[in-house]
Amino acid sequence: MAGYTPHTDDEIAAMVSFLGLDSVDELFAAVPAALRLAGGLDLPDGRPEPDVMAHLEDLASANRACGRDLVCFAGGGAYDHEIPAVTRALASRSEFVTSYTPYQPEVAQGVLQAVFEFQTLIARLSGVAVSNASLYDGAAALVEAVNLATAAVGRDGVWLSAGVNPSWRAVLATFARGTGHRLVDVPLAGGVTAWEALADAEPPGAVVVAYPNYLGCLEDLAAARALCDETGALLVVAFDPVCSGILRSPGDWGADVVVGEGQALGLPLGFGGPYLGLFSCTLEYVRRLPGRLVGETVDIEGRRAYVTTLRAREQDIRREKATSNVCTNQTLMAVTAAIQLGWLGTSGLAEVALRSAQGARYCQSQLLALPGVEPWSDAPVVREFAVRLPVEAAVVVDRLVDDGFLAGIALDDTYTGGHGDGLLVAVTERRTRAEIDAFVVALDKAVR
Amino acid sequence: MAPDHTTDHATDHTTDGAAGGRATSAPLLGRDEEPTIFELSRPGRRSWQLRTTGVPETPIDELVPAAHRRSRPVPLAEVSERDLVGHFTRLSARQFSVDLGAYPLGSCTMKYNPKMCDAVAALPGLADVHPATPAKAAQGWIEALVELEAALCTVTGMAAATLQPAAGAAGELTGLLLMRAWHEAQGAPRRKVVIPDSAHGTNPASVTLGGYEAITVPSDERGCVDLDALRAVLDEDVAGIMLTNPNTLGLFEEDIVAIAEAVHDVGGLLYYDGANLNAILGVVRPGDMGFDIVHLNLHKTFATPHGGGGPGAGPVAVSERLVAFLPGPRPVRLDDEDGGLAFGWVVPERSIGRIHSWHGNALVLARALAYVLVHGGDGLRQVAELAVLNANWLRTRLSATFDVPFDRTCMHECVLSATSLKKSTGVRALDVAKRLLEEGFHAPTVYFPLTVDEALMIEPTETESLQTLEALAQAFERIVADAAAPGGTERAREAPHATPVGRVDEARAARHLVPTFDAR
Repeated sequence: MAGYTPHTDDEIAAMVSFLGLDSVDELFAAVPAALRLAGGLDLPDGRPEPDVMAHLEDLASANRACGRDLVCFAGGGAYDHEIPAVTRALASRSEFVTSYTPYQPEVAQGVLQAVFEFQTLIARLSGVAVSNASLYDGAAALVEAVNLATAAVGRDGVWLSAGVNPSWRAVLATFARGTGHRLVDVPLAGGVTAWEALADAEPPGAVVVAYPNYLGCLEDLAAARALCDETGALLVVAFDPVCSGILRSPGDWGADVVVGEGQALGLPLGFGGPYLGLFSCTLEYVRRLPGRLVGETVDIEGRRAYVTTLRAREQDIRREKATSNVCTNQTLMAVTAAIQLGWLGTSGLAEVALRSAQGARYCQSQLLALPGVEPWSDAPVVREFAVRLPVEAAVVVDRLVDDGFLAGIALDDTYTGGHGDGLLVAVTERRTRAEIDAFVVALDKAVR
Repeated sequence: MAPDHTTDHATDHTTDGAAGGRATSAPLLGRDEEPTIFELSRPGRRSWQLRTTGVPETPIDELVPAAHRRSRPVPLAEVSERDLVGHFTRLSARQFSVDLGAYPLGSCTMKYNPKMCDAVAALPGLADVHPATPAKAAQGWIEALVELEAALCTVTGMAAATLQPAAGAAGELTGLLLMRAWHEAQGAPRRKVVIPDSAHGTNPASVTLGGYEAITVPSDERGCVDLDALRAVLDEDVAGIMLTNPNTLGLFEEDIVAIAEAVHDVGGLLYYDGANLNAILGVVRPGDMGFDIVHLNLHKTFATPHGGGGPGAGPVAVSERLVAFLPGPRPVRLDDEDGGLAFGWVVPERSIGRIHSWHGNALVLARALAYVLVHGGDGLRQVAELAVLNANWLRTRLSATFDVPFDRTCMHECVLSATSLKKSTGVRALDVAKRLLEEGFHAPTVYFPLTVDEALMIEPTETESLQTLEALAQAFERIVADAAAPGGTERAREAPHATPVGRVDEARAARHLVPTFDAR
């Protein structure tokens, strides 16, 4: 039995007797006897912490971790950026880690102010006026953006660029079964969205495009904005908060709703979670915003204070008419991102984006110098790019693990047309020239 | 500035030992505002340091075409590392947390979060694994997920589970989409889902997103689903019912077998909202009650820390007939007769698709696995017993202080009411909550469930001691006594005082929306 409950045997006996009962079991008299578990749960008895820790350490040692075992060239929505000791230390303060949703603002100003600062930072990065307090991940943010746009415009159709992360598109398709949204996939040509393929489609409620897109390419957002102006749809842009350090913001391009994956802002790779769904929009749609929003106000003595606001949008008040069902979000990840962005500051974010782009350019040029390795497209990229290999990419990724590299992500059939020859490579500011050179040598060996 | 919040609690030796459960120390240096990080910023200051890489420094204009480049950097804050640490440490001092004191917030199961689980989540072999790592290099992770899924199925009495949903509400929607897929496979999707009037708000919101119409059924005078009213709304267009058991009044639905039969008789499915699973661990299982779909809140029942509002994890477990519809890819133990991998990924035959970008909130799942293994079957049962014992002790202890709308044995939480207090003094449930903050405790949930007037929903959890419960009860008693004293109503309306800020003007926040520093 674990040592997290304080009750002594005497205290349990005294409490049972205070209730006028003879045993703890009597507390469960309302549970029909026929349903009660006679022999308890069919699980082993509890084990001491050190034993369990040893088991989990065994499992952990059966993985190949980035840094310890593998040099990471994989991205696809999860990036190996620098996470300094200061971010880890502040984000693991138990006041942030072990608090609940800030329902009592008088004793939750710490989380509320940190989230208010997060909202400000994300609004500045995305270039639109309002950010919410976070959603589960990039995919969840995209789903909510489509819900907002289709409801605001009053149309069910969604023009969805194939340049949007395929996992996010898969999640959108799952949830569209409930909402009834009609998703129209728009193919890529030369690495960027071929909107002309849609000439005859019905006007949509939302046009969705990624910047940079899944293949790392920079899309023509002016063209996407023009499509929205023609059709009356809202422009939803899936952006990357780190690349945004050097790129024009989606808001500047005319996005109505901006979503993104915030993992790159100080969160560990963590096998895919917990990550951070970024959601921001123009002020026009703030009353349709999904999830929590922190606003500034004052207390009874006129001092500055923060509180969750426009609560009438949310599920606990509006119930079946709420703008979203989200309740628990990823607040701790939002606080972490605020800390990380504080550490990076104005110059640091731009420097990380620039150095990542420099690394990607160097890596791309070295890979393309190899015989048999071809460019996927000539569209401009920032941190990530795709190449065409002479052999199956999944096999190369598998083989390079043995050489100590996570080579990237093998593009799926929807991109390669079943050839399996596309490899998506990401390079962050953490990759050294020596690591890139060694990676290129190993990949050369693997494709020969 | 000198602290202006000296407390005058009577010395009471019966509660002297409540040190672990009571937080009366206000921020060290008084009640000044903490400036935002933007106000601390000075141009040219910095914290960041990046790795020396030797990568050629290609100029930006050769990397990104001019049309795509920012004209100037994004203006963030510019602070030193020392400023950064001071700022967020001071913010943390303005925040209540479980580690600081008791958090009897009904429906939220704010139990102590074992530190060992944090250590597990920090293991480099778990924390630094990229989610796209090939299965052969992530065998430990996939095995951990398989092990957790099996344990959750044992706890709930179900056949298989998906670990992808990132929180309870995501689990609810996943469950409803499973319900839809199953009915579609039977030939008709159906249109309605039944919900009790005491349900959490996420239930009806999820029902709408699942493409269903929410039908509300009332509770009876005992606080449980009115079986006759339920039977009256059941027909062949009802896809299922969403139930929390124990319900949001903290009461066990004694008619659960009859409810299950009635719903199954019209071909509907039963959905179990696991928000209150803590009460019945090892005592009774949703699967044995007749439920077909179950979501769990690992950030409640399995003690993963709530992070100020998230991350959570909301796995969904299902009965045998729904397994083929589960989201994928699923982590599975492979048949390794031919010497292949022991663990891998499989997409179920009729999968509803993906729910998460990757595999779910994996590091939260790892914490929950550690919690399950440390407790084991015996420990989980004891968790439920002590959680229910604590709630009943408080319900009884406070029965002369507040109204008790449902005076019978509760499960892990009790719902009291401040109706009489309000009538006699004008002090409302909200004021009681604010006064309790001054007493060094987090407030209970107030005004929920919606079916109880002036509701105070109290969930002490199993990790609070008898001494802390006594201190909490005495705090409530002081609040009620003071409400009746001269000037008591005003004092209550103006509470709290001994907190980093006083009563916050929520109406103003909505009226004059300031959602960012730039909108000030």
